[in-house]
Amino acid sequence: MTDYNFFVEAENLKRSFSTRQGELTVFENLNFGMEKGEFVCIIGHSGCGKSTILNILAGLDSASDGLLFMGGREIGGPALERGVVFQNYSLLPWMTALKNITFAVRSRWPAWSKKQIREHGYKYLEMVGLTDGAEHRKPEELSGGMRQRVSIARAFAIEPKLLLLDEPFGALDALTRGNIQDELLKIWEETHQTVFMITHDVDEAILLADRIMLMTNGPYARIAESVRVDIPRPRDRTRIIHEPGYYPIRNHLVDFLVKRSKELAGGPADSAETPGDAAANAGQRVFPVEVNPARDSRGMDDATILKAVESH
Amino acid sequence: MLKSINQRAAILFLVFLGVLLGLWELGNKEPAKTEAMSEYELLMGGADQEARVPPPSKVFRLAVDELSDPFYDKGPNDKGIGIQLGYSIYRVLTGYLLAALVALPIGFLIGMSPLMYKALNPFIQVLRPISPLAWMPLALFIIKDSEASSIFVIFICSIWPMLVNTAFGVGNVRTDWLNVARTHELSALRTAFTVILPAAAPTILTGMRISVGIAWLVIVAAEMLVGGTGIGYYVWNEWNNLDLTSVIFSILMIGLVGMLLDMALSGATRLVAYKE
Repeated sequence: MTDYNFFVEAENLKRSFSTRQGELTVFENLNFGMEKGEFVCIIGHSGCGKSTILNILAGLDSASDGLLFMGGREIGGPALERGVVFQNYSLLPWMTALKNITFAVRSRWPAWSKKQIREHGYKYLEMVGLTDGAEHRKPEELSGGMRQRVSIARAFAIEPKLLLLDEPFGALDALTRGNIQDELLKIWEETHQTVFMITHDVDEAILLADRIMLMTNGPYARIAESVRVDIPRPRDRTRIIHEPGYYPIRNHLVDFLVKRSKELAGGPADSAETPGDAAANAGQRVFPVEVNPARDSRGMDDATILKAVESH
Repeated sequence: MLKSINQRAAILFLVFLGVLLGLWELGNKEPAKTEAMSEYELLMGGADQEARVPPPSKVFRLAVDELSDPFYDKGPNDKGIGIQLGYSIYRVLTGYLLAALVALPIGFLIGMSPLMYKALNPFIQVLRPISPLAWMPLALFIIKDSEASSIFVIFICSIWPMLVNTAFGVGNVRTDWLNVARTHELSALRTAFTVILPAAAPTILTGMRISVGIAWLVIVAAEMLVGGTGIGYYVWNEWNNLDLTSVIFSILMIGLVGMLLDMALSGATRLVAYKE
């Protein structure tokens, strides 16, 4: 069945909860793939199930149906090969910043010496710029931005194969957010880790991602589109807005969030409201539609569009 | 105008103390003698036949006396206040530590496992409201030793707050922190010691603090019942001796030791406290 060859791949994923009103299906027949080294953002309104997907990827939640693979193996539970950065940082408040990191490093490489663990921890604290005494402070004595830096350093320090970021900058002010985005970009350029990130911020997604997945409103949410961001790297927060592809992508995303996420919101699969549902009912796996607003805006004649459509 | 609130509080405290002691002292004065005492009055220790609460000055003099030699031992009926308090503290700490040895692991188990919580909760709910002294006859019958029985009574009364608080603290560790443990593939044992225990420690220690307070309340009553030694026995013995000055003095000492025990535990609580 798995004839696609993605590094991370979801196959007809479904998650439903039983409530007093009956079964609530957050999403079903969800299919998507991620290449190794790819930075993927997922955008959608609250309640569409983004966090549920991330939690299933992390192994903290499990799917009601369907399969999830990483590197050809099924994801069965939480593991060190998948690092998570939570929105609320989730640092252990009784440990210093450094301890929070060395504790993670020690779980990853139990055989390492104390010195080795410390040095490794420091390396990542340095990357996020937290070595001027802040590393010996406890989370309560750090600002929100510094806490999230520690949390990011912790996730990168265990060198996971897949990094999961759950709205990491949601609780930060715009200025701090910008700075940490820069740091995240810098670290990512060095490590080229595979990243799956949830965000609400359209500009953030364009700045960071290779590809942006757009989710319709839940319940029965779907990943409707996969938007290619082919703005060249290394990117820069101040210059990216002058890139020719920037506004076409941005308009496409905003248009989706404001209008189409609602229009495309589906019902149960068997009602076959959309062609995708019909295909799913026929037993086919439906992947999100690939779009590239930046390229499209450069002006294409009808023939190329036709070809692009046919290739799907 | 004094700047610090502490200084102002200290002055107010001294004023209140002065007023309280002054009223107590003046309200319990013996009436002045108007004529020479008769032979009979001298024999009875004064013209005033009405019993009075001893004034603070008398209590103070006794306190200086007793505290200058707290550890003398002149037979079963006359021991220094230090020895009596020592016995009580020994019993409280023994019973309390035994209770901790039982309550903390069981509390951990109940907090981690909803099954065990449901299975053991009825026992806890029935046993917890029992006045610890109600156990005394049964303890004396089974253990056949008054010393060990009073330790058992302390054990049974200190167990509940520790047990309930440990279970509550362990059961309410934030899911985020448990998720951190899970995503880092911590073993069950390492999760228990590096995540759950530090997270629940402030709640556990609050339970331990409540327990030591209750244990100190109960030991006085228990020792009044079993007799022999200890501060509770001392209070009752001095009452039988009609020495109210000693009774008041020992009441104050009970309060003082109770305060020190509480301070020790609250200090320990501060050590493990954390802010989110």
